[in-house]
Amino acid sequence: MSLVIHNLHARVVGGQEILRGLNLEIEKGRVHAIMGPNGSGKSTLSKIIAGHPDYEVTGGEVLLDGVNILGMEPDARSRAGLFLAFQYPVEIPGVSNANFIRAALQARLAAGEELEATEYYGDLYKEMDRLEIPRGFTARSVNEGFSGGEKKRNEVLQMAMLKPSYAILDETDSGLDIDALKIVAAGVNAQRGPNIGMLVITHYQRLLDYIVPDVVHVLVGGRIVRTAGPELAYELESKGYDWIKDELEAAATA
Amino acid sequence: MSTETISQLDVDRTRGDFHYPEQHTFDAGVGLSHATIDYIADVKNEPDWIREFRHKALDVFESKPMPTNWASKDLDNIHFDKIRYYLANAQRPTRSWDEVPDDVKRTFERLGIPEQERKFLAGVEAQFDSEAVYSNMKKALGDQGVIFVGSTDGLKDHPEIFRKWFGKVIPTGDNKFSALNSAVFSGGSFIYVPPGVKLKHPLQAYFRINAENFGQFERTLIIADEGSEVMYMEGCTAPKFETATLHSAVVELVALKGAKIQYVTVQNWSANVFNLVTKRAVAHEEAEVKWIDCNIGSRLTMKYPGVVLKGRKARGEVLSIALANNGQHQDTGAKMIHAADETTSNVISKSISIGEGRASYRGQVHIPKHLKGCKNNTECDALLINSTSRTDTYPAITVRGSGNSVQHEASVSQVSAEQIFYMQQRGLSEAQAMSLSVNGFVNDLVREFPMEYSVELKRLIDLEMEGSVG
Ligand SMILES: Nc1ncnc2c1ncn2[C@@H]1O[C@H](COP(=O)(O)OP(=O)(O)OP(=O)(O)O)[C@@H](O)[C@H]1O
Ligand SMILES: [Mg+2]
Repeated sequence: MSLVIHNLHARVVGGQEILRGLNLEIEKGRVHAIMGPNGSGKSTLSKIIAGHPDYEVTGGEVLLDGVNILGMEPDARSRAGLFLAFQYPVEIPGVSNANFIRAALQARLAAGEELEATEYYGDLYKEMDRLEIPRGFTARSVNEGFSGGEKKRNEVLQMAMLKPSYAILDETDSGLDIDALKIVAAGVNAQRGPNIGMLVITHYQRLLDYIVPDVVHVLVGGRIVRTAGPELAYELESKGYDWIKDELEAAATA
Repeated sequence: MSTETISQLDVDRTRGDFHYPEQHTFDAGVGLSHATIDYIADVKNEPDWIREFRHKALDVFESKPMPTNWASKDLDNIHFDKIRYYLANAQRPTRSWDEVPDDVKRTFERLGIPEQERKFLAGVEAQFDSEAVYSNMKKALGDQGVIFVGSTDGLKDHPEIFRKWFGKVIPTGDNKFSALNSAVFSGGSFIYVPPGVKLKHPLQAYFRINAENFGQFERTLIIADEGSEVMYMEGCTAPKFETATLHSAVVELVALKGAKIQYVTVQNWSANVFNLVTKRAVAHEEAEVKWIDCNIGSRLTMKYPGVVLKGRKARGEVLSIALANNGQHQDTGAKMIHAADETTSNVISKSISIGEGRASYRGQVHIPKHLKGCKNNTECDALLINSTSRTDTYPAITVRGSGNSVQHEASVSQVSAEQIFYMQQRGLSEAQAMSLSVNGFVNDLVREFPMEYSVELKRLIDLEMEGSVG
């Protein structure tokens, strides 16, 4: 059981190629981290997996537990178990957080089935408490006027409520203060287990002290160029990306 | 993702889109002439003053040009000579649901009436094509002197009240369509609430068009006597026909000293209906009139509910929601005519345009120089779902004199592809995502609406969104 990305090529609709033959396999029960320079294609990868309409896949496949999801609508992918914590969560004016999450859960039920309200609020409050999100946030519009850190916490809250089988966290640590980082990481760790595979995108090794990955990848120029254990993150932290880029160039000209 | 799909697909108006074969006892035939009017007046056995009123109105209608110089050119596609102006089975509605003819009964039962009557209404009137087929009110209200009947019965049984107020708030010549209605009107409600009587539950009328190539011209007159209170709700549907159908109503409200009237409209016309309605109220001293107007569906709606604030401290309010889907134009607004000191008015309009749907707001606020202490607040908010939508605002505010205050705010917002994607990523379909945004957009306004009405409105919005993405 895994999320397999096989030789994925993709570009902005009618534009330039961003992913160039990307391979990755995220097994259930494991946590993979991706690091990589700005503009290397990390967010694009996550959005393409989720089915964002701005991009077109020109080659390769994405298999979720063996099913190719590339032809599916974004909402069908979500209901199939895929979750994306956005790097830049969108504000939805007028729609309260509680109603939004409730509607998302309701969308997972069979026609005619109704979400049980008391149970729902029980779960919601429990997860909010864990993430130390004040109760007042249930009534506020989704992400509207939230601080950067509050938005990230809210993404993790939605993930906790929707219980995906594969979750991509795109820079969930950026914008979090040190205390918040610990709380959010604890929230993510609480969700770790044999039933979920995670892909954590980050720029900072620090996050990986709290969410310890099984594997670390480096993404450069739309491809995974290096894969190793957690120690790779330390190496990047001290040396940056230039040495990898240099090695790549050397290999290309050789 | 959203734009192409939205702009291509048509609306499915499931609940109202059915009709039964017609067999009318009374049929004025196709086209409009003085003979049509004589037919209607004969069949209805009307007094001479009404017959004359109708004939004069037809002359006014014919002499007035179409308002295409400022309004939609689509008005030219109404073929008055191809429309049927009067279709009815009987002249008097029954008071017992059992006596309603079977096919008509089936129609209204499918639409949820008389279920709702049992649940929360003080009285119901159901109009099928030109005339009311059913009319009933809780007995206790009748004992208090409340009158709630069709306009035909109102004219026959209560001429002293009817004649005093009829055509006074909206004169025949107000506009081309009020003249048309004045010539051929039939059906609609007549309500009188005696002094001090406060109705706890709403009165409801249901207007149903069943026949093709038909024009429905109901005429409603509500008089709330001093210190009384009444809420009236109207619902409208029609099946989807190939040809255009015309709905042109005139609604006049009179709120006497200290009276309160709330008039709620749930309009869900199919996309072939021209809906050209004139609605106006006169509010006397310390009276309050609130129009809650929700326009969903139709091909073209032109409707600007108004309040003439005639007495000191009178209050007028228009809360409106217009949803313009593909191929639809909602041209709506409000008129507030201040005619006494310390009068206040409030207009909140929310419009939603989807695909090529077009929403226009036309507002008129008039406060003459000699008045003191008048206030108006106007807010118009537009929500655009995709870039081809159009929204226009034409506020006309004439305020003279320094002792008066006006406040005007307008906003336009978009449901962006990013918002839809975000919601879809959480598992909501595109239609559900749009419904959620639209409901969010109208939410603060809907909170002011009566409960039963907000539930119905939410259901209609969901249906409309499903239809728009197919
Ligand atoms: N919709 C788009 N239109 C045009 N260019 C795009 C679009 N989406 C991504 N790109 C380009 O593709 C490249 C990869 O962008 P992406 O957001 O995936 O980078 P990233 O690795 O997430 O970077 P960061 O670390 O800064 O978040 C960038 O050069 C970006 O400008
Ligand atoms: Mg990024």
